[in-house]
Amino acid sequence: MSNARALRQLPVLVTLLIAFMLMIAPVPAAAEPFRPDWLALVLVFWAMTVPRSYSVGIAWLIGIVLDVAQGTLLGQHALALCVIVYITAKFHLLMRVFPLSQLTATVFALLALYQFLLFWINGVAGVTAPAVFYWGPVVSGTIVWPFLSILLSGLRYRVQTGG
Amino acid sequence: MVGSQSNSNPARLPALGFRALALVILSILLMWLDNREHHLDTVRHAVGVAVYPVQIVVDTPARVWSWLRDLSATKNQLELENSRLRTEALITRGRMQELAALKAENDRLRAMLDAREQVRGEVRVAGIMAVDANPYRHNIVLDVGSREGVYDGQAIVDASGVVGQVISTGLTTSQAILISDPDHALPVVVNRNGLRTVAFGTGEYNRLSLPFLANNADIEPGDLLVTSGLGGAFPSGYPVAVVEKVTRLPQEPFAEVSATPAAALDQVREVMLIWTRKQDEGTGDE
Repeated sequence: MSNARALRQLPVLVTLLIAFMLMIAPVPAAAEPFRPDWLALVLVFWAMTVPRSYSVGIAWLIGIVLDVAQGTLLGQHALALCVIVYITAKFHLLMRVFPLSQLTATVFALLALYQFLLFWINGVAGVTAPAVFYWGPVVSGTIVWPFLSILLSGLRYRVQTGG
Repeated sequence: MVGSQSNSNPARLPALGFRALALVILSILLMWLDNREHHLDTVRHAVGVAVYPVQIVVDTPARVWSWLRDLSATKNQLELENSRLRTEALITRGRMQELAALKAENDRLRAMLDAREQVRGEVRVAGIMAVDANPYRHNIVLDVGSREGVYDGQAIVDASGVVGQVISTGLTTSQAILISDPDHALPVVVNRNGLRTVAFGTGEYNRLSLPFLANNADIEPGDLLVTSGLGGAFPSGYPVAVVEKVTRLPQEPFAEVSATPAAALDQVREVMLIWTRKQDEGTGDE
């Protein structure tokens, strides 16, 4: 029983790990501002699909790990991820029935909120960065979302069955 | 998870709002503690150790790539490189001899002037991990940490000049800020005439700005800026940047001066850490 359960959770954990690696993987300096927020996208997907198992708790933990890995203020990404995953989990039934275009628009709004929270916290803490570092990931994240959600949907049924 | 048996309606999640609110408050508390003082270094260390294997995995492709490049280099290329390095080593050794004489002379003159003894610290080479750090800053991740005696504020240089300084140390990795970061300021002197000023990062890898020079200050393009040692973090005399452009506007009190860093900040793969503090002071936690 517990073994089968662990097996069902495997796709979620693996995709989160890959997303985390993509967050810290080196990219050319010019492409750096346009790195999509992979972790935010993957967390939003799983919070929408299996909100009972993956919601604010795991988002917060991953946010803390991301803060340590990137050397940002401890709690910064944790808070921002927590907020967008909360909204996703709250409206997961609504979001599930959205057509892809509408869902992409919703994800755009979530990413914008996420970056706004990071920007806000940076402002309070006195960290300055060029504006492209805030809107860049929103644009690239929205572009990759349809592909990512199709990819992850393939894994979804394995996670959902019986869960 | 919690209370999933008691609640059969899948639409309702147990106390989701409450949990989210609690975590948000916890985040704010953490950020407040982290920003004020470094109360949370132990937490950072602990999580950092957990993250380390992932960083290693991410760093591996870059490492394998350079290994493969070495492997696939032809014998001819290697021989060529070897002879070039030999020549370079010879020239460097020759310069070193010159330097030894100069150092002796310098020491003698300093003794005559009754100046404080200059301490040249211990040096260690560290690799930069191919892992991106804070996206909002010019940061790098080094593959050495407090286990090797790295401490916060430690100076980092490469073969051609100052690179930056360590801002936080984990057990096996550490984060460093580059001199090009907008939040970094470095006390420098103009090598030609000893004019003291501060070099600020601009957020561009190839430009520093010197905002506090009066319009009539004696500075011109081509001047070499070296560390003054006044900030305490860097030993004095390391090259920092070369003045690139001086714009003097009569109506402005300060001249606009920009300089090009001596070190290739966006290309370095290996750097040198300098220990200038006493060892017991630097590694207080061991």
